[in-house]
Amino acid sequence: MISLPAPHLEIDVLVLGIAILLFETFAARVDKKIFAYVGILGLTLVLIASFFLAPNSLEQTSAFWSFYTADGLAIFFKRFELITTIVVLAMMIDYAPVMRGATDRFGSNLGEFFSLPLLTCAGLMYLVSAIDFIFIFVSLELVTISFFVLVSFSRKDAVALEAGVKYLILGGVSAAFLVYGITWIFGVTGETNLQRITTAFASGNIDIQAATFGAVLIVVGLGFKIAAVPFQIWVPDVYQGAPTPVTAFLSVGSKAAGFVVLIRVLKPFLMLPNMQRLLVLLALLTVIYGNLAALPQNNLKRLLGYSSVAHAGYLLIAVLCLDGPAMTFYLVAYLLMTLLSFAVLIVVSQQNGDEISGFNGLGKRQPLLAFAMVIAMVSLAGLPFTAGFFGKFFIFAAAIAQKQFLLVAVGIVTVACGFYYYLKVIRAMYWPAAGQPSVQNEIITISPLSRLIMVALMVATIVLGVYPQPILNALKH
Amino acid sequence: MLLFLVLCPIAAAILILIGAPARFTALVSAILNFIVGLVLFLEFDRSATGFQFVSSTVVSTDWGIHFAFGVDGLNLLMLSLATIVTVAAIWFTGNIGNYERGFYASLLFISAGAIGAFASIDLFFFYAFHELALIPTFLLIGIWGTGNRSRAAWKITIYLTVGSFILLIGLIMLYQSLPAAARSFDFRELQSVVARNGIADATQRHIYLLLLIGFGVLISLFPFHSWAPEAYASAPAPAAMLHAGVLKKFGLYGLLRLAAPLLPDGAHYWTGLLVVLLLGNIIYIGLVTIAQRRLDWMLGYSSVMHMGYIFLGIASANAVGNTGAATLIFAHGLSIALLFAIAGQIRERTGTLSFDDLGGLAKVMPFAGLTFGFAAFAAIGLPGLANFASEIMIFFGAFRHGWEMQRFHLFQVATVLALWGVVISTVYMLRAYRATFMGTMPERWEKVADLSRSLRIPAAILIAALLAVGFFPQMVVNIVTPAIRTYFTASK
Repeated sequence: MISLPAPHLEIDVLVLGIAILLFETFAARVDKKIFAYVGILGLTLVLIASFFLAPNSLEQTSAFWSFYTADGLAIFFKRFELITTIVVLAMMIDYAPVMRGATDRFGSNLGEFFSLPLLTCAGLMYLVSAIDFIFIFVSLELVTISFFVLVSFSRKDAVALEAGVKYLILGGVSAAFLVYGITWIFGVTGETNLQRITTAFASGNIDIQAATFGAVLIVVGLGFKIAAVPFQIWVPDVYQGAPTPVTAFLSVGSKAAGFVVLIRVLKPFLMLPNMQRLLVLLALLTVIYGNLAALPQNNLKRLLGYSSVAHAGYLLIAVLCLDGPAMTFYLVAYLLMTLLSFAVLIVVSQQNGDEISGFNGLGKRQPLLAFAMVIAMVSLAGLPFTAGFFGKFFIFAAAIAQKQFLLVAVGIVTVACGFYYYLKVIRAMYWPAAGQPSVQNEIITISPLSRLIMVALMVATIVLGVYPQPILNALKH
Repeated sequence: MLLFLVLCPIAAAILILIGAPARFTALVSAILNFIVGLVLFLEFDRSATGFQFVSSTVVSTDWGIHFAFGVDGLNLLMLSLATIVTVAAIWFTGNIGNYERGFYASLLFISAGAIGAFASIDLFFFYAFHELALIPTFLLIGIWGTGNRSRAAWKITIYLTVGSFILLIGLIMLYQSLPAAARSFDFRELQSVVARNGIADATQRHIYLLLLIGFGVLISLFPFHSWAPEAYASAPAPAAMLHAGVLKKFGLYGLLRLAAPLLPDGAHYWTGLLVVLLLGNIIYIGLVTIAQRRLDWMLGYSSVMHMGYIFLGIASANAVGNTGAATLIFAHGLSIALLFAIAGQIRERTGTLSFDDLGGLAKVMPFAGLTFGFAAFAAIGLPGLANFASEIMIFFGAFRHGWEMQRFHLFQVATVLALWGVVISTVYMLRAYRATFMGTMPERWEKVADLSRSLRIPAAILIAALLAVGFFPQMVVNIVTPAIRTYFTASK
């Protein structure tokens, strides 16, 4: 049986990305969409290859494996990132007409638009494997820098430029916090490897105050990535300004990797006094702010931005309980429902814009899209028989087991808020509020590829909502 | 067989959404379910204890979640109620202009949710199936409702969400209060583990309070009731029939199923609170009901008020009272469904339900008047109809419980006060009947037609069931009591 070492996966993705970039330069006349299809095909092959990995026991001794791990969590999230990137590329194909209009006068740099996600994907895959602060930082930069480009890609658009600048500055600041925190931790322990830092913390011969200071700085740095309150200021503007597929990528891929890093980093840090209390506070602020701020939104992209802040809050609850399976399941559910809602949004927004009122009467115009959106919203809200419910169920169970009753009580209230703004979208599709134009009659067409992806995401949402065991099993290896 | 009961409406709903003829498919699936429910009722082995017709599939080994169904006497009665009311609700659906497919599919999803919740013997799916009905209810009220439908739709949805998440926390705590190795969501497992180990008193109190509030919101226990009248007044008649008649009973069924066998001490501790709240339902809401000026609001409030009696039966914590509660769930479900159905027919024909505009309709709608009369008398608790038999059992059970709990005479007081509730409900039901069907008829209603012939069939089914249980209460009592008695022998 063929088998390959785990690090080959990232190398394959990198090679694929660079190859597409090179071809793009020399083959100016080709329809650029072909690169996206090649990317999807290549990533699918890598995804398949990830099921034939060689056991890595032989190489454990080499220096490489002191900053790279291929444990169950890492492999699982590599697949997670691959799937996310595949779906994002498919969305980008649908989105290409918008980009042609919004980029420079030649409209010829779509090739970069299609190849950058591959490089980002490689960065994300490294990130979920990283167990050394230096490696965490380097892979994080690979991700962030490619996102700088992607976010401001439609550079004729002032909103996109604003988003790009905001993301650039705040991304830079967060990286600075992270590096500063890392130096403090290094100063205290003399190590950058998480395993050895854990041992050093456990031994007790460390300066607790200095270590806590470093840990707080690192949490701040990562807080920007996962959009926890009070480091979420950039979210709504960047989400609204970036091209929609990039927004989806940002809110799923980048956030998931951020949480994997966070849970790895917190294992040693939670040994420090007051660290858990700080995280509880962070989680409380995040769920409350995210849900309350989403309530009055009328722009669906902004709404999804705030809702992603809210979900980061629920995820933080899982992380501070150090419940890996709950976090993972929630992220999987989050991937399915968020990508589904963005996929629908991309199709609808090309005719009606990003406002929720653009969805008015969608139930009549395109029942499939409306139904897909119902599934996505219901799952985001957390109703049973969708993956989103199991996600919330596991997280509440983890919080109750840890006796975090304040978080549970606040969680109930915020979930109810969530129902309001998610159902607002459903309501717009079936019975628009009085005074709004009720039915716009244009027919909306859906390409076969996005139809396939939407149906797949819908089926996966419902199947995982009834039968969650596959995800729980996948983590056990 | 149970799997068929659950999946038949879901399959029908999906077929309808894909393109099958809406009304025909819905009606066929409802009647199929009705027949299967009847067969189940006849095939049920009355002498055996424990669950019958059990089917179980593991969903999550880590969490002990099973896709498991089974019936004992208690949920057999609930399933019969659900199948009967579903047929009536779908049959009573009139012309739907807008999104006809969606309407029937939503009704079927509510029905599937209720049936699934009643048939599940796994705590997780017991909860999950109930939630299946949430979005269809939201859509039914929002798209096809009347009056201030948006407000009503939001209110019911947010209320029920908060209630069910509080309930979920209670259920998770119940699950986690068991020893780690023995955790399961299966009722049978739960019961045997609790029988062996028991749950600490303090934990029981916390869990029971959460369940009481959670279920209480879903059942419209005073003071969490304000969503109910508004939603039922706005909802289209079939939705109100299904929700008030069947779905709302989920919470009561849950308390009967979980509180007595698993949390007896918690239930005992909170009895005082529960009695005060249920008197709020019976007396306060009863008086509010009298003050209503519209038939739909009056019916909505009356359905809230009658929950008080069922709570009294549950609070009495003995086999007689609980049996009475279970029977009243069944009887009330039938009578309130019938009342909402007739009110819906009147609204369809006259466009109003305000008592000021109506009057004398018995002249032009004699059959509707007769049916409404039957249902109203049943709701009051006239002997010969199902509600009477159940209320008698509840009062006996509650009064006796006062003696059993020494020096706790709250129960005697509560029972006597609750008896006055019967007077209150007589007042508002008869006033409503007079204002709608008696007196002088405004001339503009001369041309109003009576119920069509085909609509008399579902009305007749509901009346027949009310009369049958009214004259032969043993028919259901014999089924329910053995199931409930095991709870009280197990816990004592």
